[in-house]
Amino acid sequence: MDTRKDSEVSPARRRLSRRRFIQVSALAGGGLLLAFELPVRERLAQAAALVSGTHGAGPPGFAPNAYIRLTPDGVVTLWVAKSEMGQGVMTAMPMLLAEEMDADWAAVRIEQAPSTPAFGQQGTGGSTSVRQSWQPLRHAGATARAMLVAAAAAQWKVAPGDCHAKAGAVVGPQGRKAGFGALAAAAARLPVPDQVKLKDPKNYTLIGKPVPRVDAAPKTNGQAVFGIDVQVPGMLVASVTQCPAFGGKLAHVDDRAARAIPGVHAVLPISSGVAVVANDFWTAKKGRDALKITWDLGPNARLDDAAIAALLHKAAQEPGVRAWKVGAGDAAVAAAQAPGGKLVEASYTLPFLAHATMEPMNCTAHVQKDRCDIWAPTQAQTFNQGTASRITGLPETAIHVHTTFLGGGFGRRFEQDFVAQAVEISKAVARPVKVVWLREDDMRHDFYRPANLALMRAALGADGTLRAWSHKVVGPSIMARVFPSRVRNGLDMGAVDGAVELPYALPNAETRYVMCNTPVPVGFWRSVGHSINGFTVESFMDEIAHAAGQDPYRFRRALLGRDKRALQTLDTAAAMAGWGKPLPAGHFHGIAMHRGFGSTVTQVAEVSVNPAGEVTVHRVSCAVDCGQVVNPNTVQAQMESAIVYGLSAALLDGIRLRDGGVVQANFDTYRVLRFDATPHVDVRIIQSGEAPGGIGEPGTPPIAPAVTNAVFAATGKRVRSLPIRAETLKA
Amino acid sequence: MIKLDVNGKVHELDVSPDTPLLWVIRDHLKLMGTKYGCGIAACGACTVHLDGQPVRSCQTPVSSAAGSKVTTIEGVQGPEAKAVQEAWIAAEVPQCGYCQSGQIMAATVLLRQTPKPTDAQITDFMNGNICRCGTYQRIRAAIHQAAAALHKG
Repeated sequence: MDTRKDSEVSPARRRLSRRRFIQVSALAGGGLLLAFELPVRERLAQAAALVSGTHGAGPPGFAPNAYIRLTPDGVVTLWVAKSEMGQGVMTAMPMLLAEEMDADWAAVRIEQAPSTPAFGQQGTGGSTSVRQSWQPLRHAGATARAMLVAAAAAQWKVAPGDCHAKAGAVVGPQGRKAGFGALAAAAARLPVPDQVKLKDPKNYTLIGKPVPRVDAAPKTNGQAVFGIDVQVPGMLVASVTQCPAFGGKLAHVDDRAARAIPGVHAVLPISSGVAVVANDFWTAKKGRDALKITWDLGPNARLDDAAIAALLHKAAQEPGVRAWKVGAGDAAVAAAQAPGGKLVEASYTLPFLAHATMEPMNCTAHVQKDRCDIWAPTQAQTFNQGTASRITGLPETAIHVHTTFLGGGFGRRFEQDFVAQAVEISKAVARPVKVVWLREDDMRHDFYRPANLALMRAALGADGTLRAWSHKVVGPSIMARVFPSRVRNGLDMGAVDGAVELPYALPNAETRYVMCNTPVPVGFWRSVGHSINGFTVESFMDEIAHAAGQDPYRFRRALLGRDKRALQTLDTAAAMAGWGKPLPAGHFHGIAMHRGFGSTVTQVAEVSVNPAGEVTVHRVSCAVDCGQVVNPNTVQAQMESAIVYGLSAALLDGIRLRDGGVVQANFDTYRVLRFDATPHVDVRIIQSGEAPGGIGEPGTPPIAPAVTNAVFAATGKRVRSLPIRAETLKA
Repeated sequence: MIKLDVNGKVHELDVSPDTPLLWVIRDHLKLMGTKYGCGIAACGACTVHLDGQPVRSCQTPVSSAAGSKVTTIEGVQGPEAKAVQEAWIAAEVPQCGYCQSGQIMAATVLLRQTPKPTDAQITDFMNGNICRCGTYQRIRAAIHQAAAALHKG
């Protein structure tokens, strides 16, 4: 019997037999191999087609992209095609499998999948890894368990129903017991069952339990191999200098001094700049420093912050396209200005932001006549194949991507620029080449979180209730660059994420989008549109609450009556923080709630502001409903992480522009949060019993508005632009 | 030729004396646990011990390390290092893990100098080490945990 709820099965799956998605094969030496399919986001498939020009939308069929191997020694190995960048995917994914397989956790291993066609499309982002794997990995585990039980029952000549699996073994009548390893060969000869029974969640032994990360030890003794650590025999190291202005290009390079340095092999103008190739990193950097380059700064040589602001404000005058409408939409704002009512208006601005992963961009490539190997800390293996294929002319099947640990991803490692450089240079010098970016390159040549301007209007009735809500999102589109086919009629749905389908019960609401692309390259930054719109929506909600003369928590509460999950996170975070109860002198609370990636998060920030206008965040109370929790350790860690990431952006620096490029170059001027400004974070996980939501990203959006709402409580000053500037809050 | 003692092993290296210790450790000695993060001593990812003191190897010319004992994450030993590494695993500190070699090298010296550090002392000592995954709260807890384990042990 299959206990799956219909709602958990996608329509496409329901039509096709499960048999097509799991296949078994015997292994030499008595092992078992199960191949199965994890769903891939539609946009990834579309994008791969776009990038490579070779992937068609083929007929649906069996295309396994995950494998389980059970060897006679009882070791269960799962290959996963997801990148570990700190989010805990290497621990969570085998947990799903081992739970339903009743495997012995100590005998479970995980291997990073190579990018062969056998593993299908590969990419990691959008807080999707566990959400996509939740059903198929558990089904694969349950299938393996059922086959092992059947194999044991046949050997013992008893009914399978009289046997059960436990901790890596099948247990039968009269105390019979056989390890999974001993049963693997027999199980591999059995047909794959059409129906398997999944566990009742109350019987879980791994899912929902705080299982230690499998990658903790190698990350405490220096053994973990990141992209920058890759060693390939005969490898050279390259440093690439790029034009400081966006859209500029090389005019002239005098490389005589660089070439004279012992250990410098080559100086190559490449499509993105000038590469110095040397025996080692430091020699390459010395060579780079010795280059005399004249850049043609191109059409954006005068671009600066004021120019970006002017572009956004001009675009804001356009009507844009509708992304969401409830009731009479925007028209209701004007109509609702009944006598005694109130119109609230505000605009918010946000800067471009760099990702600033701790590991600067890097990639190692080895282009040979018939193949190309890429070793990279990457979030987008399939795109890497497309990129390398275009540069080398080799078919994608000849491009082999070897994924290392990622020293932070946050969306940056979805991009192809660093991979393209390594492939281009290796092709030119016919040697393996590792490209290592300086921190300065990484800061100045990012794909930035888009800058944003938001125009907000709301109408309050005479009774203080919210009658109508209007939000115009003005900013660059990431999709227009990355997946243009997903932009329809000028609407980039990613740009309005978190500004549409709000959990609040709004009688009239409208969200519009005005695309305003600028010369600054933009990309996915932890939580993408949500971090932008979450700030705007939750700040403005606070403004409206105050305009209505109501407590911001109770005002939100009244609007969340029909959304139990949102309400519960709101109530929980408020209770954790002691909302409304006395705080230490000079401390104030701010609250913000946000939904995204299938999860809902409310945060309450406890903040003080000193007479100089400097903001200190003392404590954050965070309540998260991410549905079924797979690993509570990871959920808590990701909330802590997302809060610190968001606080850097709220409290410290945005990217500043001058002379066509980025002003900042390193951590001295693009400051990120350190120990001294990190608040104490309490996390409470709400068990709603729903399917798992994402956890890598949804903790970021609420923190900035929670802090600025607290700043308002402390000072009466509304922060409508980030980062917070002390001079605007001086007493 | 520069003579360099790294993790108790003496190497004779043909490198330019101005080469940062970081790149000698990584590219010449192939010890990859010490990380490059910023190159300007602003992030702490490259922290190693020079005669037991924490230094930013990205800003330490190899010539100035000659004659000293260099210790990297691969060679760090002693009760404090062991307690720190164990506490790091127990407290589930690492996320992406890239900065953690530097964090551990710094925390080890902190505990050697200040066996029972206060929160303020931890902040003061560790503030030069950036973690973009935001593991600061867990690092703080792990340092307290390691201190307690050393006190007991």
